[in-house]
Amino acid sequence: MSANLASPHGAALDAAATTEGRSLWQDAWRRLMANHAAVTGLVILVLIALVSVVGPYLLPWTYDEIDWRHVEALPPDMATRHYFGTDSLGRDLLARTLFGGRISLMVGILATTVALFIGVTVGAIAGFVGGRTDQYLMRFVDLMYSVPLTFFVIILMVVFGRNFILMFLAIGAVEWLTMARIVRGQTLTLRNKEFIEAARASGGSTTWIIIRHIVPNVLGVVMVYVTLTIPQVILLESFLSFLGLGIQEPMTSWGMLINDGAAELEVSPRTLIIPAAFMTVTLFCFNFLGDGLRDALDPKDR
Amino acid sequence: MSAPLLAVRDLKVHFQVRSGGLLFADYVPLKAVDGVSFDLAAGETLGIVGESGCGKSTLGRAVLQLLPVTAGSVAWLGGDLTALDKKELKARRQDMQIIFQDPLASLDPRMTAGDIIAEPVRNFHSGMSGAAIKAGVQEMMAQVGLLPGMVNRYPHEFSGGQCQRIGIARAMILGPKLVVCDEPVSALDVSIRAQVINLLMDLQQAYGLAMLFISHDLSVVRHISHRVMVLYLGRVMEIADRDALFKAARHPYTQALMTAVPIPDPDKERAKPRVAVGVDLPSPLNPPSGCVFRTRCPKATQVCADVVPPLESAGPGHEVACHHWRD
Repeated sequence: MSANLASPHGAALDAAATTEGRSLWQDAWRRLMANHAAVTGLVILVLIALVSVVGPYLLPWTYDEIDWRHVEALPPDMATRHYFGTDSLGRDLLARTLFGGRISLMVGILATTVALFIGVTVGAIAGFVGGRTDQYLMRFVDLMYSVPLTFFVIILMVVFGRNFILMFLAIGAVEWLTMARIVRGQTLTLRNKEFIEAARASGGSTTWIIIRHIVPNVLGVVMVYVTLTIPQVILLESFLSFLGLGIQEPMTSWGMLINDGAAELEVSPRTLIIPAAFMTVTLFCFNFLGDGLRDALDPKDR
Repeated sequence: MSAPLLAVRDLKVHFQVRSGGLLFADYVPLKAVDGVSFDLAAGETLGIVGESGCGKSTLGRAVLQLLPVTAGSVAWLGGDLTALDKKELKARRQDMQIIFQDPLASLDPRMTAGDIIAEPVRNFHSGMSGAAIKAGVQEMMAQVGLLPGMVNRYPHEFSGGQCQRIGIARAMILGPKLVVCDEPVSALDVSIRAQVINLLMDLQQAYGLAMLFISHDLSVVRHISHRVMVLYLGRVMEIADRDALFKAARHPYTQALMTAVPIPDPDKERAKPRVAVGVDLPSPLNPPSGCVFRTRCPKATQVCADVVPPLESAGPGHEVACHHWRD
């Protein structure tokens, strides 16, 4: 390599076969793997996700099955194979916690994905095109910000009736706003970089530049925000379910289980503690992972 | 010389700058480039010099239509570029490229060197096969002195000089006829500088390139240019063949620039005559009346404040905008 530097023309071209470069993503991955808290978080998250998805199929009880012999909050009992006991209606708590985890994670991931797509699209367009487009899009974001969430959800319920999909819509409609603002800010700083000008000089259209240059370069920041949004969405879902605006019985989510558990706190604290522990651990892990990602993707400003 | 490849006439680029106003902003025009005209022939290098903030880079970008032009025309082989629509302009971009000052910032950090160099090809020849593109990229890399084995590396894995070579390869791969070099060596250290300059000159010879070479480094400009244009506050002060300008500069500003170049010998450096012009560049928002240079000019008189000096001929191909150049 140094030989080549000294002789700019022609020489030493036969030396060295194609070397693989290490992209910024690969570098970031290595830094992430060196971060113990983040790796632990990632491992636990994968475990919880796995258990939530596969677990319910392996249990003797389903989440909506009532054990008529134990229509009271049964403490953990190996003989009846209620490993975490039952809730006050005699349903297996372990099955319900795992199933609730499935719903909570699904809502978290799906709603965040919706927010991701809308937010990145709107933010990148607003930031890159600028001018009047930027004004209109961002004022719309401001407008949406000013609508109170619960109010918005109640209106949706009144108009469309109670529906599982509505919750994705409602949460997605709220979460993409911040994403759009973050992406717009990042895009503004990228927009005046020389490589964008170079792309324009070499004939790239606006759409092409956004897809090819803007989006990959904002993705680092966006990924961090995604890992921090998922727990936020899970909490939001819990909040809505707690108010009775979310998931309907007999389906359940961590938020609903906590709600039910809170009602029986004095009789059987276990019905509150178990789902709450699952949720807390998940939220912690997401936050650790998000923190680690931020450090890994942005080694300069730590 | 042959008919001009590029003919710029009375080019003006004004930016609207916000100057206060509470609810409704007040704007004043910042005349970054104000009435610049020049011709550029194929295979010719025009050096553009001037201190920072004089509109050198703005001029380069305006020629390539990367910035909106306020007035004037940029004619490419006789056809006005400012009148083209998006599609026609895109087709023209094959012939005109740009090389930037900051080598690292001009490369997308998420793309490999190969992808960066191939990008113009992908934009213009979307039907081209992957293998053909790869072959073209490898050939170009060899030509600018990069090992073809480096195609899969990312910009942060290269040195400044290597990044600049990637930038040059990207600019050259479509075989352009004009390259705007916006201070291509200012960010490189001196040992790399000569290599990059020589590379540019070799490429110019090989392809018959016309170059607009923007720089504040007079020795570099002297080395590479055929003609030199001196800008001050967005206006042309003097334009001449290289030798004429460096031997017999007519404009007081050019003379001041020349004497400001340090000589690497302390005795000669101390002994040489200087044309001092004061330090403060007037605000481009509020340029002086008449001749823009008069506030710093040792020869300034009343006429300089009243009348804008036109470009006068001071010899073959030598033009000066000064009332007193004969003195």
